[in-house]
Amino acid sequence: MRDAARASLRAFGRAAPAAAAVGLLLAFNAAFTPGFFDLTTVEGRLAGSTVDVLNRGAVVVLLALGMAIVIATGGVDLSVGAVMAIAGATAATLAARHGVNAWSAIAAAVAVGAAAGSFNGALVAGAGVQPIVATLVLMVAGRGAAQLLTGGQIVTFNDPVLNFLDAGFIAGAPMPVLIAAAALALSLLLTRGTALGLFIEAAGDNERAARLAGVRVRAVKAAAYVLCGAAAAVAGLLAASDIRAADANNAGLYLELDAILAAVLGGTALRGGRFSLFGAALGALFIQGLTTTLYLHDVSPNATLVVKAAAVLAVCLAASERVRAWIKHRSRP
Amino acid sequence: MRRLIVACAAAALLGSGCKEQAAAPDSGGTKRLVVGFSQIGAESAWRTAETESIRAEAEARGVDLKFSDAQQKQENQIRALRTFISQKVDAIILAPVVETGWEPVLREAKRAGIPVVLVDRGVEVEDDSLYATLIASDFVEEGRMAARWLAERLGGTGRIVELQGTPGSAPAIDRKRGFEEALADFPGMTIVRSQSGDFTRAKGKEVMEAFLKAEREKIDAVYAHNDDMALGAIQAIEEAGLKPGTDVILVSIDGVRAAFEAMVEGKLNCTVECNPLLGPAAFDAVERAIAGETLPKWIKVEDRVFDQSVAAEVIGTRKY
Repeated sequence: MRDAARASLRAFGRAAPAAAAVGLLLAFNAAFTPGFFDLTTVEGRLAGSTVDVLNRGAVVVLLALGMAIVIATGGVDLSVGAVMAIAGATAATLAARHGVNAWSAIAAAVAVGAAAGSFNGALVAGAGVQPIVATLVLMVAGRGAAQLLTGGQIVTFNDPVLNFLDAGFIAGAPMPVLIAAAALALSLLLTRGTALGLFIEAAGDNERAARLAGVRVRAVKAAAYVLCGAAAAVAGLLAASDIRAADANNAGLYLELDAILAAVLGGTALRGGRFSLFGAALGALFIQGLTTTLYLHDVSPNATLVVKAAAVLAVCLAASERVRAWIKHRSRP
Repeated sequence: MRRLIVACAAAALLGSGCKEQAAAPDSGGTKRLVVGFSQIGAESAWRTAETESIRAEAEARGVDLKFSDAQQKQENQIRALRTFISQKVDAIILAPVVETGWEPVLREAKRAGIPVVLVDRGVEVEDDSLYATLIASDFVEEGRMAARWLAERLGGTGRIVELQGTPGSAPAIDRKRGFEEALADFPGMTIVRSQSGDFTRAKGKEVMEAFLKAEREKIDAVYAHNDDMALGAIQAIEEAGLKPGTDVILVSIDGVRAAFEAMVEGKLNCTVECNPLLGPAAFDAVERAIAGETLPKWIKVEDRVFDQSVAAEVIGTRKY
């Protein structure tokens, strides 16, 4: 138990660069974006640019949490964007076309996400396929499956429960923010409150040593993909609820890359063996904060990607131990 | 003539070519016209409608249509074109995914004597004899139409925000240019902000949220490069506690069914149609090209403006 506590402290330390990046972004907005921190309420719901960042960031936060766990086992899940599309399509077609009760539709969507995760898990942990290849299968085929479900159309719905996922709020806080916060708390509890986090890191760090130490490496890996798939499904539900429609062609498109980036910015090592969920969430919020800031400053869309890349590069360099050591060495007389 | 037809049929039976004569318009009935169609994919309701239109028209005219879905990849389209050429089709209809890189394969088609009719997007080639014609909407004119409608609605003054399509795509570039061109006649109308919403509802909503915050809700109108982004913006406006269609005027382009539904509900004010039903025009062009006629290099598709006053009336007749 003490080891687990120590590990969670270390994990918070890993999140430092992402926290610093978010801090810098907030400082920039405090100085240069008038009204960034203004909060108002619209019909009982909190509104403001900071709320927008948290609200819009919720989807990538969910993806990044799952991604960080998978990456920690030495894997990667490229299928999360496609799983989002499948989950949204499942819930929307069930609710809008087949008159299924919204709660059942939500449960079905999460179950489909978990099933997609177990498919990935079976390929990686069971069959020993390289994670990048194994999850590429669903990344490509999954979007096709979602398009089959929707028949290539945007399926709109108007269901109070499904709408509530995005538009709803409790005590002023929008539901996506609450869902993402709950997912963060739950996953922290699961990985740092129990030994599961250590098992995950052990499996990713040195598979053979972990197995010899009695860790059921395959089961741990498979579980990581199932968690990741379920988290992606919840993200897909939020994305669909956001526009009251399942857009199988665009939902979650390229978000697997944002999720990987968020996890890595947050101190999760791509070679596996260490992760920080708190950092992953901060990384996701940094990406969204950057996007919203660029919108607010009306940066030309042609330049947006370059600005984003430069910002991400700066954070990665700042987090690199070798670069930091070099700077320290140079600054010495 | 009859002897030619008989000879032709006999030749066809023997499995030898005789393509030229069989394809001539006055020999109808002897051999079905074979046309290859390389489509980009099925990424939107608009494109699905275009595919359906071409398929239905082929069936109506008794044309044997060979359909190939490229799933957004140019190499798949080039491969499909080469297959069509080796199958000796009578003509090819191509909806090119990008503008460049078509010269070699188009030259192969020309050498094989197969006319190529482009639909909805153009290609960049040095020698424009490589294709018979292009059948497409004039995106620039669509932008101008949207601007003129908006100027009339706002009485010539207003602060406008623009939701652009995917950066670098032809419709995004041209719809922006046309809108700005027509707006130049109305000095009281200014575009205060312009960002890309990637042609999707989700991005349209997200960008509109930021616009509403940044402009403190001093926005008179939204110009969206497609209907989906306008539909997303409508949600953002509602969530900000404003009334779309009244507090903020919205005009967009495409004319998909969901846009008409939003107009009937009073939330969208106007959509400029970008007609995907290119089937009839495409096969008219195919037949004329096979008959050896020289076609204009661009056959413009007539687009129309629909606003709330006619939305309820025409919604029943919309096919997509």
